[in-house]
Amino acid sequence: MNRSFIARNPSVLIFLSLLAFFTLGVTVLSEGFGVGLVSTSFVKTLGKTLCLCLIAIAMDLIWGYTGILSLGHFAFFGLGGYMIGMWLMYERTRQIVEGALSEGVLPPTPEEVQAAIGNQIFGVVGSSEFPLIWAVADSLVLQLALVILVPGVLALVFGWLAFRSRVTGVYLSILTQAMTLGLSLYLFQNASGLRGNNGLSGLQNLPGVTAPQSVVSLWFFWASALALGLGYLLVAWVVSGKFGSVIRGIRDNEARVRFLGYSVETYKLAVFTLTACISGIAGALYYPQAGIINPAEVAPIASIYLAVWVAIGGRGRLYGAVIGTAFVSLVSSWFTGGQAPDVPLGFYTIRWVDWWLVLLGLSFVLITLYAPRGIGGLFDLVGRIRKETGE
Amino acid sequence: MKNLLFAVLALLMMSHVVSAQPLTVQDVLQSQRELIEKSSRRTIGPAIDALVDSGLPQMQTVLELWQAKEIWQRKADGLFFTATKNDDGSYTLRDFEDGAEVGTAPSTDLKQLKPNSGVRAMIATALVQFQLSDPDVTKRRDALDSIARDPGPDLLAPLRAAIPDEADPDILARKTRLERLMTMAYDNDAEARVAAINDMSGDLGVDFRATLNPILSTKLVAAPAGAPPDGNIAAELSPGGDALSYSGAYALLVAEDLVPVQISADARDAALEANIEGGRVGGFPVAQLNTEAARDQAYGVLVDQGLAAPMVTPKDVEASLAAYRFFQVYDEPSAEVTEAAEAALAASEGRVAVGQAVDLGLDALSLMSIYFLAAIGLAVTFGVMGVINMAHGEFIMMGAYTGYVVQLFVPNHTASILIAVPVAFAVTFAAGVALERLVVRWLYHRPLETLLATFGVSIALQQLAKNIFGTQARPLTAPAWLDGAWVINDVVAISYIRIAIFILALLFLALFLFIMKRTRLGLETRAVTQNPRMAASMGINPDRVNMLTFGLGSGIAGIAGVAIGLFAKVTSEMGSDYIVQSFMTVVVGGVGNIWGTLAGAAMIGGFQKGVEWLNPSNTLAAQTYMIIFIIIFIQFRPRGIIALKGRAAGD
Repeated sequence: MNRSFIARNPSVLIFLSLLAFFTLGVTVLSEGFGVGLVSTSFVKTLGKTLCLCLIAIAMDLIWGYTGILSLGHFAFFGLGGYMIGMWLMYERTRQIVEGALSEGVLPPTPEEVQAAIGNQIFGVVGSSEFPLIWAVADSLVLQLALVILVPGVLALVFGWLAFRSRVTGVYLSILTQAMTLGLSLYLFQNASGLRGNNGLSGLQNLPGVTAPQSVVSLWFFWASALALGLGYLLVAWVVSGKFGSVIRGIRDNEARVRFLGYSVETYKLAVFTLTACISGIAGALYYPQAGIINPAEVAPIASIYLAVWVAIGGRGRLYGAVIGTAFVSLVSSWFTGGQAPDVPLGFYTIRWVDWWLVLLGLSFVLITLYAPRGIGGLFDLVGRIRKETGE
Repeated sequence: MKNLLFAVLALLMMSHVVSAQPLTVQDVLQSQRELIEKSSRRTIGPAIDALVDSGLPQMQTVLELWQAKEIWQRKADGLFFTATKNDDGSYTLRDFEDGAEVGTAPSTDLKQLKPNSGVRAMIATALVQFQLSDPDVTKRRDALDSIARDPGPDLLAPLRAAIPDEADPDILARKTRLERLMTMAYDNDAEARVAAINDMSGDLGVDFRATLNPILSTKLVAAPAGAPPDGNIAAELSPGGDALSYSGAYALLVAEDLVPVQISADARDAALEANIEGGRVGGFPVAQLNTEAARDQAYGVLVDQGLAAPMVTPKDVEASLAAYRFFQVYDEPSAEVTEAAEAALAASEGRVAVGQAVDLGLDALSLMSIYFLAAIGLAVTFGVMGVINMAHGEFIMMGAYTGYVVQLFVPNHTASILIAVPVAFAVTFAAGVALERLVVRWLYHRPLETLLATFGVSIALQQLAKNIFGTQARPLTAPAWLDGAWVINDVVAISYIRIAIFILALLFLALFLFIMKRTRLGLETRAVTQNPRMAASMGINPDRVNMLTFGLGSGIAGIAGVAIGLFAKVTSEMGSDYIVQSFMTVVVGGVGNIWGTLAGAAMIGGFQKGVEWLNPSNTLAAQTYMIIFIIIFIQFRPRGIIALKGRAAGD
């Protein structure tokens, strides 16, 4: 089965080998294990980009293949980040606190340790009590489970409510956007138990790991590459079979698929939940590399950017989503990082730090208008030209 | 005492003098000379009274001079003068009566009167009655303000004395009200106080409640069971209730030295640390003291050895608490007064609650108007045309910045707002038409892509505004006649700007209805919306109608931007604050119907204010709950409050 699936989708194999080659290349060039041509911070940027590519694949599955423009997937991404962040922050604070307390005359009691951790983590929001949602923060396994469960359950409940009442098209987009806004407003509150607008910080430090960041960044880079590879494989497999045909049918004509006897809502809900889980995993890998997560990351605009990346790369093809995301996010960090050369016009100098978003916005309009297939469309063009010349 | 007798004698003598020849200030001062020279807070009272009672018109000035340390006494004959210092260090003496110079004297011959702060305060109190009857209205008002700020028992009598002759009705009302309030607080007669309290019962004023609260202040008192304490008891509290926790009750007993102090965990640990001997405490190795139970045990050993104070166990605490009863006792001794005050406060609070509900209603109304204003442009572009315009918020922003730019050129705020409104409409109308021509019309059959393309426009416009105007907020100042608030009473008030926005929202509603129902453009818009091809075959140009309708919706957003900019900050991000709310307003209300948008704005605004009322400190929570509410609401009415029926509903 698997063999035939790969055989039917040569692009999967090409993508996976390119990804493996890329990972190997970065490793060899890195500071941690290789010759040091690629700085640690750039390894982190690349690792984060891989995570963004993973959520872009999820976005492509829900939008490009199923036709649901969700403006809420970055909320799931953020939730995944928060879930892993809770463990990272708790565990690291515990080690610091235990180290500090063990210098006292009396050995610390568990209650003292707990109180001191609470003080450390929640002091910024004027509290020292552990909220209920931190109940399992001391267990890596359970928090890892929550990385998938929390976005998954939220997507299941929200999707069930939304699809059941047949909210479709732009209405669904607005509703998902409302969900994202609601979530980010909730996280902004100090009472949310997740440190309000301070967010969770210090996530780049793995508790109990003494290896330098140059090495840790590579671990996360590998993990991100692995997750992207597996995610690509999974989604490619999902869209290749009968399931894939049904969801494409839903995209193209929902009513007709429903009349054919398929339970459209179940399919949509399955895709919505699956993509939410993938987004959660991507977030859980992204934020330890970013080092900090705060509610602004979950704001609705992030989810719209996600749609922008996928659209620029080309919807309805997985490698398009990956290319679009990698291209836009890397170019964007190049422009906003101040590396792009300014353009002097004599009377005015265009500084790209200020003008990059204008360029992005306008090029996005142009792509929507004139190249709805995005960058991925170029491959079709190349294929067509080759076919024509071949004949 | 002797001084006092002397003063009375002097007064008696003086009254004889009065009949003979006119009394002068100097006479009165001389009659009180000893007291004035002594100038002590405890004895000066009769002297000040004598000065005031003399009824001389210059007495106010004299008191003021005395207070300002500007009276000198000539050592030779003990006469008092006001004096000004000359260049050569000597003083020119002046009479109090007419300010006439009566000679000069070197400073060595003079003694300056330097009343201490206690005496000066008493002089100030005496001056109040002059100020309260001062011919100058502002002085009377200032005196009232100062009494209201810092009332005291001794000000009551002068205030009462100043009421009958008051001519200004405004000030008379204030004086009477202040007199009632001070009677409540300071009168010696309990019945008069009760009468004053009952007079004003149910009053909404903050000053009334502020006067009642200190009357009702209580302190917590513990008394042995079976023997209630003396005093005016407000209530008996049982430990563990809402008003008194167990630990609070025990702390009270500790504070009154009735029970031993509880050993805190910190104190216990300190005792343990102090008694470490050779790595052991009470026979336990230190390393084993890593649980609470182990530490308690080790501490128990220390207690047995007499090295530490015994622990107070929870059982001990319970027994101690059972042996005492806890009372709230009014500081005010008179039960009648406190009863009347309680009743009056309850009546006030009832009316305050009603007032607050009204105030909240007004708040909700203004929030609804804001949502409606922000959403009404969308009701045209999204509601009527079905185009998702993510740049709608940026049109609002453009309108606000247009207002700001107009104000740069037209400094008069009234004129500038009047100019800004049509200019903002023109600018955003043009922007809307451009957007429709260049982008939207190519995407009428791909609504999701309209969303993305207009989002691209939105981020470009936002960044453009940031590049032009910078990141800091720009002011859009409202004309002066919109400053301030319409204050109905101390509880209910609404700012004029909010009233103006409410009126503007109503105007927009009327304008929208007029355009849609009464004009050619409205007719054509509705025709094109329902069936573009049929409309086209009737001679309507759908392209033109779409363009104008989109421009109209954008133009309305621009005017809304001017209105919103008047009370919110004008920043490049202000549009994104409203965009999601605006879409939800239209979706919840029902697409394609202006009444639906109105209902949506009413529901969202009302709900949000309602949640804020339940949890006033947290507007974020209110917004969160509102969104959850909307998501659930959409379950039951997916097409909004007012859903189109029949063919127009389309799909």
